[in-house]
Amino acid sequence: MALADARAICPDLATRPADLATEAAALAALRRFTGRYAPLVSVDGADGLMADISGVPHLFGGEAALRDDLQARLERAGLHAQSAIAPTRGAAHALARHGGGILPEGRLLEGLGALPVTALRVDQATAEALSRMGLTRIADLAHLPRAPLARRFGPGLVLRLDQALGAQAEPVAAPPEAPHFGVRMTLPDPIGLQSDVMAGLDRLLDRLCTQLAATHRGARRLRLDLRRVDRQASQIEIGLARPMRDPARIKALFAKGVEEIDAGFGIDALRLSAPVTEPLAPEQIGSTPAHHEDALADLLSSLGNRIGFDRVLRLLPSDSLIPERSFTLAPAAYSQPAPSPTHRTRPAILFPPEAVTATGHPPAQFRWRRMQLTTLRATGPERITPEWWLDDPAWRSGLRDYWRIETRQGPRLWLFHTPQNPGWYAQGEFP
Amino acid sequence: MKTLLDPPACPPLGLRPMRVHEAGGRGRRSFALFQAARHPGPLVWITPAHLPEQPLPAGLPMGVAERLHLLRPVGETDLLWCIEEALRSPAVALVIAEPQQPLSLTAGRRLQLAAEAGRTTGLLLIQQGGGSAASETRWQCEPAPGPEDSTLHHWQLSKNKRGTNGDWMLHWDGTTAAFHLVSEAGKRHQPADPAR
Repeated sequence: MALADARAICPDLATRPADLATEAAALAALRRFTGRYAPLVSVDGADGLMADISGVPHLFGGEAALRDDLQARLERAGLHAQSAIAPTRGAAHALARHGGGILPEGRLLEGLGALPVTALRVDQATAEALSRMGLTRIADLAHLPRAPLARRFGPGLVLRLDQALGAQAEPVAAPPEAPHFGVRMTLPDPIGLQSDVMAGLDRLLDRLCTQLAATHRGARRLRLDLRRVDRQASQIEIGLARPMRDPARIKALFAKGVEEIDAGFGIDALRLSAPVTEPLAPEQIGSTPAHHEDALADLLSSLGNRIGFDRVLRLLPSDSLIPERSFTLAPAAYSQPAPSPTHRTRPAILFPPEAVTATGHPPAQFRWRRMQLTTLRATGPERITPEWWLDDPAWRSGLRDYWRIETRQGPRLWLFHTPQNPGWYAQGEFP
Repeated sequence: MKTLLDPPACPPLGLRPMRVHEAGGRGRRSFALFQAARHPGPLVWITPAHLPEQPLPAGLPMGVAERLHLLRPVGETDLLWCIEEALRSPAVALVIAEPQQPLSLTAGRRLQLAAEAGRTTGLLLIQQGGGSAASETRWQCEPAPGPEDSTLHHWQLSKNKRGTNGDWMLHWDGTTAAFHLVSEAGKRHQPADPAR
């Protein structure tokens, strides 16, 4: 039904846009929860989960008890859900969307017969064609000869019918679990010395790095949770300038954090996890350039962990004629160096525009930063117009005519004049 | 007495490796860029976060912008820590820093030890009168006016722990590492009247 039709029927209708990403994330979380009932759970469509519970129900006291347990737990979590247990995947799908319940082995057709053909996971066009033929229930279809059915409605319908009735196998395709990078260690006696914590960290790092190496990944962020005897917890989080899985180099970055931890009456559990990882292929060891890069990455990591990764920057060229926007400052840990073109007409040092008191055009004399300067030579003007598609407050004064002014006193400055709002400003210094 | 531990000799206008140097005056950033162009390898430039001046990649000497890492720590303590950490790292070729306060002898000495440990060179751009007694050399740099199509610099070596002081007037256009010394009398190095 179109939204306009729905509004016409019910003017007070409240609508919300569908948030597919959040829904998918919620369904993925539910899939993890459903793992308690079956080893293989997959997402079924946009709104369902399919679990292969072969050999499981007796652990919960039978199929009915399992289903009740599931329903009770979901209800406690505030979720309204329909569930069904059936011998085939297609039958379970159909039944869960039409009332739910349990279909025992061998009584498939009786259970499904009364359901409409739309329950068979066929597309809208096929369902309409079937209803025009007077075939509205699955029971109407089940006894028809297969060949004419396939010729008329395509192989999809027959396949879905066979899958629902068990003539065609359809396994539950559970996606592989994402690897989890976390290791923990509980201690029989609490520890309080820095060296002890570092020794514990050593063992955890060895295990974590082995896990990372096995999946060809490197950690980008690491968290060490320390639980104290009095149930207080503290954590140390470090970032790495590039994916890494070398225990010794990672350990060095934890030293400062461990120093600042208050151990209280002692620490009795450590947990080390890597919340952010990136692919890291095995590397050939022993080549000098790689060592150099490693050393630089180590430096950037330790700097970033103290002053913040957003303060360790790199200059990247960007596509604009406006001097302030002709480059971007990007965090060095998350960017690659890029060569930038050199122009002799651009100053080496740039600063926000500073008004100068000037006489003449170009100024013969001007005052800048409490210095009285006399022009020796002026080169220009170079006109730069503001980018009209961006509203930059600094460029509201309109066009700028840039001049390179060499002064008798020495400094070589980059001055600009704004013809639309007369005034002179200094913005840069040449070497 | 010359021993193996002595740092290698350096060319004129070069910085002795594995030491920390100082540059002051209005042309100190030009001097730093000149040194950056002459040091192959990663560069680190440490400025306090509140400083408005920043390098413009298009105006830097060729090849400097992509090697440059900018650090913008807040506070003088973090700044000194950053200098020391960068000097201690063997990966960096040149560390340029702009401390806002004069360095104590202890801090200066500490930076020298860090530079020795990491085998890096440091260059501190100091304010007027903010020099430290521990620095290896101190340069006084001023831009100078010159004739058409020239960018003259007047660089004075006013302190040198291992060598003599100096005074240079040179032409460096800020695009490559190449420079021309301007002779005392202001004459050209080529014959005034070329042979026909």
